[in-house]
Amino acid sequence: MKAVSIHNNQSIPVKSIPDLSYTEFLEANTSLVINDRENHCVNYFGFPFEDGIRLVCCIANDHDHLIHISSTLLNIDREYPSFSSLHLSFEKFEREIHENFGIKYLDHPWLKPVRFPFNQYDTANTIANYPFFQVSGEEIHEVGVGPIHAGVIEPGHFRFSCNGEQILHMEIQLGYQHRGIEYLLLEKKKLLQRTTIAESIAGDTVAGHTTAFINLFESLSGFKATEDLRFSRMLALELERIAMHTADLSALCTDIAYQLGSAVYGRLRTPIINFLQVWCGNRLAKGLLRPGMTHFPFTQALAEKLNAVLDSFEPDFIEMSKKLFSLPSALSRFEKTGVVSEEQLLEMGCVGMAARMYGVSRDVRFSHPHDLYSDIQHELIIKHHGDVYSRAQIRKQEIIQSIAFIREMLKSIPEPKEAGEDLQPMGKNMLALSLVEGWRGEICHCAITDSSGELEVYKVKDPSFHNWLALAMSVRNNEISDFPICNKSFNLSYCGHDL
Amino acid sequence: MLSFILIILAASIFTGIVNRVRSLVSGRKGPGLFQPIRDVVRLFRKGSVYSDTCSWIFKLAPSVSMATVLMAMLVIPFARTKGVLSFEGDFVFFAYVLALGKFFSIIASWDTGNSFEGMGASREALYSTLAEPAFFILIGSFAMLTGYTSFYDIFRTLHFGSYISYLLGLLATFVLITLAMIENSRMPVDDPRTHLELTMIHEVMILDNSGFDLGLILSTSYLKFALYGALIANFFIDIMPWYIAIPSFFGIQFLVAIAVGIWESFTARFRMSHNPQFIFILSSVSLLIFFGVMLVLHMFN
Repeated sequence: MKAVSIHNNQSIPVKSIPDLSYTEFLEANTSLVINDRENHCVNYFGFPFEDGIRLVCCIANDHDHLIHISSTLLNIDREYPSFSSLHLSFEKFEREIHENFGIKYLDHPWLKPVRFPFNQYDTANTIANYPFFQVSGEEIHEVGVGPIHAGVIEPGHFRFSCNGEQILHMEIQLGYQHRGIEYLLLEKKKLLQRTTIAESIAGDTVAGHTTAFINLFESLSGFKATEDLRFSRMLALELERIAMHTADLSALCTDIAYQLGSAVYGRLRTPIINFLQVWCGNRLAKGLLRPGMTHFPFTQALAEKLNAVLDSFEPDFIEMSKKLFSLPSALSRFEKTGVVSEEQLLEMGCVGMAARMYGVSRDVRFSHPHDLYSDIQHELIIKHHGDVYSRAQIRKQEIIQSIAFIREMLKSIPEPKEAGEDLQPMGKNMLALSLVEGWRGEICHCAITDSSGELEVYKVKDPSFHNWLALAMSVRNNEISDFPICNKSFNLSYCGHDL
Repeated sequence: MLSFILIILAASIFTGIVNRVRSLVSGRKGPGLFQPIRDVVRLFRKGSVYSDTCSWIFKLAPSVSMATVLMAMLVIPFARTKGVLSFEGDFVFFAYVLALGKFFSIIASWDTGNSFEGMGASREALYSTLAEPAFFILIGSFAMLTGYTSFYDIFRTLHFGSYISYLLGLLATFVLITLAMIENSRMPVDDPRTHLELTMIHEVMILDNSGFDLGLILSTSYLKFALYGALIANFFIDIMPWYIAIPSFFGIQFLVAIAVGIWESFTARFRMSHNPQFIFILSSVSLLIFFGVMLVLHMFN
């Protein structure tokens, strides 16, 4: 057996993961991804084990709802052939392994550090001496943007090589936000501290990351969440999706200088996040979700309020969208801008909206359902052009879909149960993996416990981790002035990537 | 002299009206009409900060831009009163004195050595080059129609003879409003409100300017708008007593500002590569005016 197969949110003893030789490990995992487009790598990480580095690779199959996990033990002194030379989707995972443990790869195409973190293996490697890609020629010029953002969002450095107005290549450098989330999650022992850290992984995906953390933790402690808990998690996820997608549509309108859309979508987002505040006291849903319990049970009175919010949201949203998606000047900016092809997407292992924009059906809600998603009829929203227009359309349609989900859910609100059982301590020597479809795409949290039942490894993977490269590909051969709308149409997370 | 004063007065509220219209249309209350002027006054009280790498050109440029616009204002007549200056071919002087100001702001932005500003400068140079033919065909046509080459004489004799001149004036209004939008880097060619250096044209060129210099640049841009507004007003204000002419001057400026505000609110900015096509439209409309003039003069035989 080359791999152990689990379902989403299942925990298994670490012993049951097959320990392969590196060659077998490499062949098994890369052939899975190469031979079947339904397979993609959700997490691939290393951790110190005995006197080497143990690598764990998790490949999710979207068709049979399974996650295949295998592992191998590496010797730090040897050199290894890389996964990336066979399939590019492993590129960033291997860079991270290289950066953290100094594993040497023979044929990795691009061993650039992922984060330039304070806790990397080779601290002499800094952004100051990093050689960016260079394109040379008399008419070529370089434009460096950031890391300090001109507006209000997070720090990241983009370096463009341009021929006049045309972008030949853009290199992205992140890592300025590295807070050591994964280390903090191990360091802080209290559950409340850990939950709060999980809430802060990315401020715009609070419900997504917290749900992933909670599901993972409950799985490790053998806790079965009651229906009302799962209900509130799914509801928070869908509300977050509506709020963020609407905010993104507003930002897209701002970037094409379409004032009406910017103002109307901006206004529409507010009642949704205000509802979250009514529910839990925080507009970003911080404090709403907790492992094994909830402080804010969803009541009938809240349901009526939410129905009223949605009733006033939906007609305005549809009217504005009709206007935006038929406005010639807006369409001329959206269409055929920032195209990424299907082959590129599959090769980079893109997830979430960035995958669905070009016919790749990747959606955890459908392929690895968690919480109450297995109970609903979820039809994937797939587009086929891979441009800014497709990404904007996906947002619009997913909002309408989420509203329908919520209306359906509100018809039968599960009775809040009294918190009966306390959370048990985590199992010993276990591995658990949790996939959640945040609004941006697939979030993967993975944890391993040691022999005393304490967290030994905690790995977080935000969808942005895969998708940043897609942004770099999308702007090639576009005009440099179209970069902002390409960027906004992906709206990737800096802190989710930098951790 | 009258026109000089009127333009300054109109400039003080023109941008305020545009901003107010945009605010009202998007459902906000918006800043007061004099907010742009308050901003400039605040900036005038501040000192400027200069980068170590820039030379005297950078310090000189805002004053040159301001001076050129003031000079251009001198040749604008008002109804039956001449401008401060009026001579044969003063419309050529008008166009190139403005171009001189633009030239200085372009080389000043190069002076900073900032890659964003270089990009902005190349866009600005391209678009003003493309817009130049439109202006000359337009005013040239009217010069041909009237047989004079100074603004004062053109506008004085424009409406003798045929009423078709009002129709031509309407077309000219379209061209001049759009020219003003391009010259001032407003929508749909440029978006002054964006925070994105990569998409800006004019705003990105003045990234390094601060304090007093920035105040000069902003007030130059307000004046430029009113300057074009005054040209438009001249197409319609004929022989009238001053108590009708002056209110109608402000009325026309007001309408132009509202038109700009509404246009900016309901459309998205063009893709950068579509801008040249859009600017060429102006040249073709100007050609339409040119053929209209030939028709009026019975030159097609």
